[in-house]
Amino acid sequence: MGAYLLRRLALTVPVLIGVATLVFSLIHLVPGDPAQAMLGEGAAPADVAALRTRLGLDRPLYVQYGTFVAGLARGDLGTSFRTNTPVARMIAERMPATAELAVAAMIVALGLAIPLGIVAAVRKGSWIDHGAMTLALVGISVPNFWLGPLLAILFAVEWNLLPVSGRGTPLHLVLPAVTLGAALAAILARMTRASLLEELRELYVVAARARGASRWRAVLRHAFRNSLIPVVTIAGLQFGSLLTGAIITETIFAWPGVGRLLIQSISFRDYPAVQGCILLIAVTYVFVNLATDLVYGLLDPRIRYD
Amino acid sequence: MTRVGAMIVALAVSMAVLSPILAPYDPASQVLSLRLAGPMLDHPFGLDELGRDILSRILAGARISLLVGLAVVSVSATAGSLLGATAGYVGGRLDTLICRIIDILMAFPGILLAIALVAVLGPSLFNVVLALSAIGWVGYARLVRGQVLRAREFEFVQAARALGAGTWRVLLTHLLPATLPTLMVQSTLGMAGAILAEASLSFLGLGVQPPTPSWGTMLNGGRAHLLDAPHLTVFPGLAIALLVLGFNFLGDGLRDRVDPRRGMGGRA
Repeated sequence: MGAYLLRRLALTVPVLIGVATLVFSLIHLVPGDPAQAMLGEGAAPADVAALRTRLGLDRPLYVQYGTFVAGLARGDLGTSFRTNTPVARMIAERMPATAELAVAAMIVALGLAIPLGIVAAVRKGSWIDHGAMTLALVGISVPNFWLGPLLAILFAVEWNLLPVSGRGTPLHLVLPAVTLGAALAAILARMTRASLLEELRELYVVAARARGASRWRAVLRHAFRNSLIPVVTIAGLQFGSLLTGAIITETIFAWPGVGRLLIQSISFRDYPAVQGCILLIAVTYVFVNLATDLVYGLLDPRIRYD
Repeated sequence: MTRVGAMIVALAVSMAVLSPILAPYDPASQVLSLRLAGPMLDHPFGLDELGRDILSRILAGARISLLVGLAVVSVSATAGSLLGATAGYVGGRLDTLICRIIDILMAFPGILLAIALVAVLGPSLFNVVLALSAIGWVGYARLVRGQVLRAREFEFVQAARALGAGTWRVLLTHLLPATLPTLMVQSTLGMAGAILAEASLSFLGLGVQPPTPSWGTMLNGGRAHLLDAPHLTVFPGLAIALLVLGFNFLGDGLRDRVDPRRGMGGRA
């Protein structure tokens, strides 16, 4: 396990370097002069030159890259062009909100997906199964930027049950979490059904039934536990995707997280902040995937690490 | 489900092609006195914040969605297949290099890189296609590489090599055609993904720019009128969901029918 962990960590290093290089190169893809783009067409040449110097764009590319990587090693993501505050601090202030939203969305997704998947598998081929799986495919197809406003229209505008935007009370979390978790719930419901169906064919389930275990006991006490392994893996891998989904969900519900900061920074052409947000989301995604890979091995003793 | 999906997609394509004939009004024409008016007999889906007919704009928006989907899938599938097939067949350092690039791009979650690219390149239809293709090819490359790795050991490939066929001839006339059934499934599901991604970017203000009618842009416009004119949000969103559902149904059905192993094995 130790050797596997080290090898897996070593494989992550080139990916992280690649991610950092890609994020660094983003600002150099800006058509024309990035400093001019940030300040606008009407900016005075002296101001543009000053910003170029401040951002280090007047230095050779390899020097800029070295400074960027050295900054990353110190946790320095640069300074926001708009607010003049360190980007790392801006992100740190908003990260708890995004994490809270992502965790709540995962709870919603698992809470919806597992019962739906179990019922669909146990009643395979019935109208309940077809209905549940059609619902799941609809869930995957409905974009969160439509589901969010629809839920807001119903629960906030029509019935006045939930707040429509902002963060503060647990009630504020309901609509964003459901919006973000719905598509994941659909994916996990399909996964739960497929995985449980495979387990139900195994001999140990037949043996349990032969020993007199009821149908539901055989499903819930025996097959369900083992069927959870791939579901947990997919849930872990999809957790990173929730961070991307949060970009849209946070924009819809004015949720003060990293996703909203990214969109605001894009509209202000605050490239250092854009780079910082993208880097943070991508690196978190890499580490969540790594953690899922490692946890997968702990959950399933059949997996060997040699 | 496959049939339902095929019907939805066929309907959407017909609507897109015939939109200039089918649309009751010019999608850009305005009736300011009726701005934000709800559904009525003359305007079944109502009018938007500038007094434009929403039904006509949805019909015109179908063109944009399908055009973007088709362009992204064509570019991604072509580039991804060629790179994946080359990596899988040639192997060695080229394979390692392509795999490392794939690993790095896969490390970026979904649409994040597309958002980043459009953010720096500027919002436009061309840049949306460029950004979505830049991330889209990766899935196709990985899929085709895996298929080619297995297929290159098949007898028909070895026979072609023994007869003196060069690398490109083997790739283009023997290996890539063998991956077509799987590619078709991936492309159908890819259409759904590309349409959804374009709408997401346009919703965030990073995609197709007004006054071009795009479903995502229409939804973005509806955000400010959620309280007083919810129809601005309901109808464009329904159009996106239905079209994406159609492609997902179709792709799911095709996947069930096309067994990749049978597709490759059939040629062996």
